Amino acid sequence: MPILHETLSRLWTLDRDVLAIAWLSLRVSLTAVSIGLLLGIPLGALFAVARFPGRGALTGLLNAFMGLPPVIVGLVLYLVLSRSGPLGSLGLLFTPSAMIAAQATLATPLVAALTRQVVADAQVHLGEQLRSLGLSAPRQAGILIYDVRFSLVTAALAAFGRAISEIGAVLVVGGNIDGHTRTMTTAISLETQKGDLSLALALGLVLMSLVVVVNAAAALLRGHAARAYG
Amino acid sequence: MSAAPLIRLDDIGLSLDGRRILDRLRLEIAAGGVTALIGPNGAGKSVTLRVIDGLLRPDSGVVRVASRRRAFVFQRPALIRASAAANVALALKALPRRERAARVAEALARVGLAHRSRDAATRFSGGEQQRLALARAWAMRPDLLLLDEPTASLDPAATEIVEELLGAMARAGTTVVLVSHNLGQVARLAGTVLVLAAGRVVEQGPPRRILSSPRTPEARAYLAGELPWTVFAEAS
Repeated sequence: MPILHETLSRLWTLDRDVLAIAWLSLRVSLTAVSIGLLLGIPLGALFAVARFPGRGALTGLLNAFMGLPPVIVGLVLYLVLSRSGPLGSLGLLFTPSAMIAAQATLATPLVAALTRQVVADAQVHLGEQLRSLGLSAPRQAGILIYDVRFSLVTAALAAFGRAISEIGAVLVVGGNIDGHTRTMTTAISLETQKGDLSLALALGLVLMSLVVVVNAAAALLRGHAARAYG
Repeated sequence: MSAAPLIRLDDIGLSLDGRRILDRLRLEIAAGGVTALIGPNGAGKSVTLRVIDGLLRPDSGVVRVASRRRAFVFQRPALIRASAAANVALALKALPRRERAARVAEALARVGLAHRSRDAATRFSGGEQQRLALARAWAMRPDLLLLDEPTASLDPAATEIVEELLGAMARAGTTVVLVSHNLGQVARLAGTVLVLAAGRVVEQGPPRRILSSPRTPEARAYLAGELPWTVFAEAS
């Protein structure tokens, strides 16, 4: 099969196009997930620990945001970042930064909702003790985050999976510009339509491999944690 | 005139999930020694401890607790996934690093766990975990220690170690308030026993008198059902 042969050849020779696109995808998604973790973990933990009016409704909203449609996020960000939008002067539209912002917007509520659940479960056992020690809500949240740190790997994985595999948001705010904002998912879509199936397949294999490697690394980490801490 | 009590609860009423748990409860506990709260399940013992600690706010009544520093030890030790030393240090974050380390080391040594300070606390046995919880309480140097059935899930050897530690803390001047269903333990440790039933204190006195000749029908009913063999042979 010539397509398969060409695909393997592209991978074997470390095709520059494939490498550049894979690197950009990885850079965008890992940065977005890092932002999602930095914002989502404290937010989720505070939702679990703090008591404030409207907490139930906000928690419901947070859970609903886990399923934000990427293309809608892309559209809203497009409006915000477009020349006539409130942040238009930053000139971020059709740049990797806009793609990072879009994926971080998708990742943050997902991380926050999963963190809230994990921390709330830990709180059942630890909450009274922490309150009895007279610790403030942020301090309690910090200790609970530390306690569930290995479970939060799952939240990070879910966020990475959502970011690296989405196409709607990065396509709208990135524009799929060759050599600038083309990611694996947008390239696979474009190359398939163009008929360059070997490039699409090569990128697909790289994408799948990345997801498998990241998940395997996370499983190893969790296994180590389970042996160390039970 | 006697000194003001360390703990005074006046007419405390508290309902949880629509159920009346404490019903015009009154009690006074003097500073020093060990006071045991006993009574049937649902009498309000654990809730009373939580009201004293401020974990639960009553619907009515007045809580006066004159302690400077309180520590609470739960039936199931609440430990985080970290080393034994880190678990003890949780209570001491306000202290400078060096003093904190010294306090942690001293507390772990006191409960016989100095050699395991760097081990994961969640890997400890049940008895070791409860000793660690006591070490955390000890490190805080509380003047009031509240314990909710601290030995309920421990074997006799671990129970004996915990009782020794409680005795040592009481002798060191800490006021200990203990909820227990283990009447042998109550007889061994307590200087005063409060019997709770249906959210009130129904009887109060020294353990030998309460356990041998309860005066109220509620205390008699509880002890008739709960009092095993001859606690007094053990206590005397």
